[in-house]
Amino acid sequence: MSAHADTHGHDDDHGHHHKETFVTKYIFSQDHKMIAKQYLVTGTIMGVIGVLMSMMFRMQIAWPEEPNVLFEALLGKWAPDGVMDADIYLALVTIHGTIMVFFVLTAGLSGTFSNLLIPLQIGARDMASGFLNMVSYWLFFLSSVIMIISLFVEAGPAAAGWTIYPPLSALPMAQGGSGMGMTLWLVSMAIFIASSLLGSLNYVVTVINLRTKGMSMTRLPLTIWAFFVTAIIGIISFPVLLSAALLLIMDRSFGTSFFLSDIFIQGEVLHYQGGSPVLFEHLFWFLGHPEVYIVILPAMGLVSEIMASNSRKPIFGYRAMIASILAIAFLSTIVWGHHMFISGMNPFLGSVFTFTTLLIAIPSAVKAFNWITTLWKGNLQMNPAMLFSIGFVSTFITGGLTGIILGDSALDINVHDTYFVVAHFHLVMGISALYGMFAGIYHWFPKMFGRMLNKNLGYIHFWLTAVCAYGVFFPMHFIGMAGLPRRYYTNSNFPLFDDLANVNVIITIFALIGGVVQIVYLYNFFISIFYGKKAVQNPWRSTTLEWTTPVEHIHGNWPGEIPHVHRWAYDYSKPGHDVDFVPQTVPLKDGEEELQH
Amino acid sequence: MTALLTIIVLVFILIAIWQMVKIFDLAQAKGGSDTSGVATDKDNTMNGYLMMGFLGFIYAITIVSLVKWGDLPLMSNSASEHGPTVDNLMVISMVIIFFVQTVTQFLLHYFAFKYKGEKGKKALFFADNNKLEAIWTIIPVIVLAGLIIYGLNTWINIMGVDESDDPLVVELYAQQFNWKARYAGADNTLGKANVRLIDIDRANILGLDEADPNAQDDIITTELHLPVGKPVLFKMRSQDVLHSAYMPHFRAQMNCVPGMITQFGFTPTVTTADMRLTPEMQEKVTRINKIRVENSKPLVAKGEEPLERYEFDYLLLCNKICGKSHYNMQMKIVVETQEEYDAWIKEQKEFKNSLIN
Repeated sequence: MSAHADTHGHDDDHGHHHKETFVTKYIFSQDHKMIAKQYLVTGTIMGVIGVLMSMMFRMQIAWPEEPNVLFEALLGKWAPDGVMDADIYLALVTIHGTIMVFFVLTAGLSGTFSNLLIPLQIGARDMASGFLNMVSYWLFFLSSVIMIISLFVEAGPAAAGWTIYPPLSALPMAQGGSGMGMTLWLVSMAIFIASSLLGSLNYVVTVINLRTKGMSMTRLPLTIWAFFVTAIIGIISFPVLLSAALLLIMDRSFGTSFFLSDIFIQGEVLHYQGGSPVLFEHLFWFLGHPEVYIVILPAMGLVSEIMASNSRKPIFGYRAMIASILAIAFLSTIVWGHHMFISGMNPFLGSVFTFTTLLIAIPSAVKAFNWITTLWKGNLQMNPAMLFSIGFVSTFITGGLTGIILGDSALDINVHDTYFVVAHFHLVMGISALYGMFAGIYHWFPKMFGRMLNKNLGYIHFWLTAVCAYGVFFPMHFIGMAGLPRRYYTNSNFPLFDDLANVNVIITIFALIGGVVQIVYLYNFFISIFYGKKAVQNPWRSTTLEWTTPVEHIHGNWPGEIPHVHRWAYDYSKPGHDVDFVPQTVPLKDGEEELQH
Repeated sequence: MTALLTIIVLVFILIAIWQMVKIFDLAQAKGGSDTSGVATDKDNTMNGYLMMGFLGFIYAITIVSLVKWGDLPLMSNSASEHGPTVDNLMVISMVIIFFVQTVTQFLLHYFAFKYKGEKGKKALFFADNNKLEAIWTIIPVIVLAGLIIYGLNTWINIMGVDESDDPLVVELYAQQFNWKARYAGADNTLGKANVRLIDIDRANILGLDEADPNAQDDIITTELHLPVGKPVLFKMRSQDVLHSAYMPHFRAQMNCVPGMITQFGFTPTVTTADMRLTPEMQEKVTRINKIRVENSKPLVAKGEEPLERYEFDYLLLCNKICGKSHYNMQMKIVVETQEEYDAWIKEQKEFKNSLIN
C-alpha cells in the first residue's frame, strides 16, 4: 500500500505519511482523490436508480395503465397485475427528481470534481481538512442509504414532488407517501445538506488558502472558479433549505403551524392555524433556484476547461467568463420567486422577479458566445470529452432560450407546471449538467484511475445520447404548449389531450433507448477501471497542474516539491512556442509577455 | 406486451451497438493507428461530419415538431380579453428564440466541423476581444429590455383587478380531488367562510358562515358557468392541500392555498358554442375523434363500451400536484350568453335552501 511512499522522495511538509490499511485507503480515506472516486461511484449508482425510475414512469405515460412485466418485477405490490399504481407513479417522479438533482448532479458532479480537481489544479497536497472531507462523503453516503431505504416503506416513499410542498407533504392522510416515506426523505435531505455544507466550506477554504506559489486568482483554471463560486452559493442557500426541512419536521411531528392553516381533510378539521404554505415555497426556492446553478456552474467550469484544451486555444474571454460566473451566482440568489408567480404572492413581487430573472440571460449569453468563439479557428481534438462539451453548449442554448418565456411572469401563467417546464429544465440543467459530468469523466478518467476509457464506446455513447436527449425533450415543449400538465398519472381522462398521446409514445421510446445506451457507458467505465489502456501522464496535452502529477496516485499528489506557477492556464498554441501548449509550470521566456487578460 | 416488445427491441439495439464497437476496434487494429484513447485525425474528421449531421437533426426535429404539433392551442384561440396580448408576447418571444437557436446552433456545429483537428495544424491564439464581447453583451441587454418592458406591462394588466368594472365574483373551491364553484348571488358579495364551519351532516360543504347575511344567497355548483363579455373575479380557496386552478383557454392560472384566499380575474370573450364552431377547433375535434374511434376498436373487440365521442368544452384543470387522483381533478367551464347564464343560475339552489336541517 505504502510502496510508492517509500520509492518516491517526499518533501518534508507532508511527512505525516503513515502506513495505510485497506480501510484507511479505500473506505475511510482522507485523500481527496479517493474521496472523489467514492463520490463518483456513489453518484453513479444513484444515477442508475434515478434513470431506471424515469424509464418506468415514461412507460406509464406512453402506455397508461397497461400491464407491464417490468413494473410487476420491480414494483411488486405497487403494480398489481403489472399495472402501475397512481401513488407509486407520483413517488417515482418525486424520487427521480430528488435523486437526480441532489444525489447525482450536486454530490455526484460537484463532489467528484471539486474534490479531484481543487487540490490538483491549485497545487495543494490535499484539501484544507481531509477529515472534514471524509466526514462529508460519509454523510452523503448515509443520506443516500436512507433515501434508498425510504423506497421500501410500507405506505410508500415520498410522493409530493421533489419540491415537497406542504400541506401535501405534511399530512399522511393527504397521501400515503407523506408518512414514514416523507420522514425518511427529510432526514436524508437534512444529512445531505450537512454533507454538502462541510464539503463547500472545505472547497472555499482550500481555494483561498492553499494555492501554490504564483497561482493568483486570475491564473486559476475556470474549473476552480466555478467550484469556488458554487461552494459559496451552496453555503449561502443550503442552510435555508435545512431550516425549511426542520420547520416542516416540526409541523409534521410536533404539531406546530409554520406552513399549515385551516385544513379540513377526510372529514375532520385539523388544529393548524396561521401558517402559510407560501412561506415554505419561499424557503424552498431560496435554495431551490440557486441549486440549479449549483448544478450547472461546475459543469460550465469543466466544459470551459475541456473546450480550451481540446480546441488547442485559450478559452475566449477569460475575464468575462469569471465575471459571468460571478454575475450568475449573484443573480441566482435573487430570482427564486419566478417559481412562484402564481403561488398567490403579491403580483408586484412577481414583476421584480421577472426583471431579475431575465437579467440572468445576459451573463448566460456571454458564456455561450464565448464558448462558440473558443471553437473558432481552433484545432479541435474530437475526444469524447470534447463532444460532450459541445453537446453541453448545444443543450444549454436550446434549454436556456425557453427560460425567457418561463421567466416572463405574464407567459408563465399559462405554461407553469406544464411539460414545457419539464422540457426547459431537463435540457438546461439536467441534460447539460449530465453532459458536463460525462465530459469531466471522459477527460479526467486517466487522472482518477490511471487508465483510459475506450474512445469508440465514448463516441457511441455520446451520439446516441445526444440524439435521444433531443428526441425526448424537444417534442416535450410542444405538448407543454398544448397545455398538458406535468405529474399526471395518465392523460386518458382528458379527451382534449388525446392527440398528444402519440407524441408521448415517441418521447418514451427515445427515453428508453437513451436510458439503455447508458449501459455502454457503465460498461466502459467499470471495465476500464481494471482493464483500460494504461494512461500516459498528460494524455490530452493540457497546461494545468493536475497533469504534472504522476499517473500512479500518491498521498500528497507531487513526489517532490509542489510546482510553482508562472502563467495562466490557457497558453494553448501561443505564438513563439514550438509545442501547442505551455504548461503553467513553465516560466515565461525572456521578453515573453503574460497575456494581459 | 408493448413493454416486452420494447425490451426486445432495446436488447437488439444493444447487440447492434456491440457489433459496431467490434468493427470499430477491428478496423483500428488493422490500420495500426493510435489506440491510446486519444482522438486521431480520423476521429476528428468522422465526428466533425457527425456534428454537421447532428445540426441537420436538430433542424429536422424542430421542423417536424412545428409541422406536426405546431398548432399550439396556447398561442392561438384564446378565449379571454387579455388572451391575445399574452399570445402576442408569446409569439414575439418564440420568434426571437427560434432565430437565436437557429443561428447559434449553426455556428456551434459548423465551427465544430470546420475546425476539426489535423496533425500539424496550429490553432489561432485568440484570447480576448473587448469589442466582440461588448457587442454580445449589449445586444442581449437591448432585446431583454424590450421583453421585460413588454412582459411587465402585460403582467400588470392581467393581475390588476379593476373593481370599478363591477366584476362577477366567483369562488373556486378546491379539495382532493374535485372543484366547486360558489357564486355570490344577487348581492355579488361572497359570504364569510372557513373550513372550521364545514358541517357535512347539514350539507354545509364549503364551510359557509350560516349567520352571515351575505352567505344566504350564495350558490354552490359543480360546473362553472360564465356569461360572455362580463369580467369575472375568481377568489380561490382550498380546504386541504395546494391545488392550482388552470384554465388554459383563458390564459389563466392561480394556486389555491389552504389558509388564504388568492385571486385572478379575466373576461371571457368566446362562448363555448362559438368556440366549437371555429375551424381550428372543429379540425382538432375531428382529429381527436378519429383517434378515439381507433382506440375504441380493441375495447369493442373485448366486449367493452367504446369511448365516448369528444365534444369541445372549456376546462378547469388542477395543475399542482395534490395526491393520488391529481390526474383527474377537473371541472367543466361553460361560457354562454347572459340570458343563458341567467336562466342557468336561476335553476341553482341558494345556500339557505340547500342546507339540511
